[in-house]
Amino acid sequence: MELLYASCVGVLVSCGVFLILRSRTFPVVLGLTMFSYAVNLFLFSSGRLSLNQAAVLGTSTEYADPLPQALVLTAIVIGFAMTAFVVILSIRGRADLGNDHVDGQVPIKKKKKNKKVEV
Amino acid sequence: MIQNLTSLPILLPMMAGVILLMPPFGKNKNYRRIASVLLSILTFLASVALLLKIQTDGTQVYAIGDWSAPFGIVLFADPLSTLLVSLTSLLGVVCTLYGSAGDDEKGSFFHPLIHFLILGVNGAFLTGDAFNLFVFFEVLLIASYSLLMHGGNKSTTRAALHYVIMNLVGSAIFLIGLGILYGVLGTLNMADMAQKVALLQGDDVYLAKIGGLLLLVVFALKGALLPLHLWLPNTYATAMPVVAALFAIMTKVGVYSMMRVYTLIFGDEAGELSHMAQSWLWWLALATIAMGTIGVLASKDLRKLAANLVIVSVGTLVALIAVQTIEASSAAIYYLVHSTLVTAALFILADLIGRQRGEVADRITAGPPMAQPRLLGICFMIAAIAVIGMPPLSGFIGKVWLLKATLHAEYTVVFWPLYLLASLAILLAVSKAGSTIFWHHQVSLIEGEVSQSPNKIRVHPAQLAALIILIAAAPLMTIFAGPLSEYAIGAATQLHDFNNNIKIILSGGQ
Repeated sequence: MELLYASCVGVLVSCGVFLILRSRTFPVVLGLTMFSYAVNLFLFSSGRLSLNQAAVLGTSTEYADPLPQALVLTAIVIGFAMTAFVVILSIRGRADLGNDHVDGQVPIKKKKKNKKVEV
Repeated sequence: MIQNLTSLPILLPMMAGVILLMPPFGKNKNYRRIASVLLSILTFLASVALLLKIQTDGTQVYAIGDWSAPFGIVLFADPLSTLLVSLTSLLGVVCTLYGSAGDDEKGSFFHPLIHFLILGVNGAFLTGDAFNLFVFFEVLLIASYSLLMHGGNKSTTRAALHYVIMNLVGSAIFLIGLGILYGVLGTLNMADMAQKVALLQGDDVYLAKIGGLLLLVVFALKGALLPLHLWLPNTYATAMPVVAALFAIMTKVGVYSMMRVYTLIFGDEAGELSHMAQSWLWWLALATIAMGTIGVLASKDLRKLAANLVIVSVGTLVALIAVQTIEASSAAIYYLVHSTLVTAALFILADLIGRQRGEVADRITAGPPMAQPRLLGICFMIAAIAVIGMPPLSGFIGKVWLLKATLHAEYTVVFWPLYLLASLAILLAVSKAGSTIFWHHQVSLIEGEVSQSPNKIRVHPAQLAALIILIAAAPLMTIFAGPLSEYAIGAATQLHDFNNNIKIILSGGQ
């Protein structure tokens, strides 16, 4: 279980970082979302992974740590708000700047290369 | 009321933000302005009351919901955090006052957002819980995102996009760092963490080190330490100057968190991990000072100049934190207050100068004369003397003190020449900017006469009041340098008093 969980987090982080480093806002937003999923999973695992353990007193013999669950809940809520904000901001950026490049202007060299590839 | 005083600097701005959204304040801008200024003054008074209380009764710990530490979240008002809370609330008063002169109508929800930003900053200063620190960081960030977009144009959108993406990545790294530290230490209360760090063994030491250094990355990002400072000049220069003036305190939140985390949690008593960030901080701080100074020399307008001065002040503060002696910390506390106020004053001055110069705005070139050159010139001169660190104003005291504090530090040979050269460069850049703006006027080509002021915009009384509060701080900090430096030494002593801090926080305010 640990291996599966850890590789899930690892794959999500690497995908997220790869996408954040892209030059268009849409992949960047997707990357940020994936990164925050990975962070939430990671935060959840900081209370150790366990099966069949309740976080409420009196319901099982062994208890899971309830604090990471509370932390993850907070992190998810904040993450949602921040993602919503960055989505709206990128739409506004697309409208204000006329393109969806993170720097507001597409480097000219790159444009030519892309065209050649498409042709 | 008295026992809840510690929570008031957080609760009051929160309520103020909500009240200002509701009728009649949401609709009528005059009511909203008056209420906003009054509520920010109320917050300031509460902070000052807290300041007076801790001077008589000592450090206050407030267990939220009466859940005692280390299980619940505690607010921790020691002299350092209370001083910074008062500073933030004062800046809040200044910014609401200045915004009321018309800037608040350039977008929506200016006043509520200012109060929410103050809520976040005050919370980050007061909290004694690492995860709660994250939450307050997010509160202040989301308010700052919206304030940055306030009354913005294309360049603001671009700067905001960079700023928001950088900070979202920063928040994610913050959570990873906290997750690692919680996994290893099993607690998030800062005092409890400090106790547990010393007991770590084996591989856990390295995990805690990774967690601690990830936190350093985040604080460096918030505080704009090299190489994570690139977002700052554009963000601060494109934000509305009144907002940028309030942002002057935000980099100090990162600096404060570094102070707290690397003296309390990873300080003298942390066993293998003690002072683990010091070697990083020192060189990064020096590089930050150098880069900031180059930025100051290269600035083409006053707002960029002020933004780069913020970077220099962050570098200076972090260098002092890296020394980790009581004397260095007390110099850092004095310098922190001084630099926040003076950079805020410079941002506001840049705005006022820009308004009176028409199209040239605040660019450092010859332009049409201003409508009120004397008033603005005198204010600019005071702010410039303070920011350069020339006698007799507060900058000089701060500079002498910090040079004295670093006299016996490990790398004085590098720090002194670099810092003094940086000061010289700042002196050159600021005096050049001042003389160009105030004395070089555009000469019209035909008649060879000095062109007239393009508009008759004069400084609004509310703007003037805000400006005077900030400008008066520099001479006042000189006149009352004695009590202030005593206070700073007291605050630094308490910051470094490990056992006392642990005892006070874990007693949970009982």
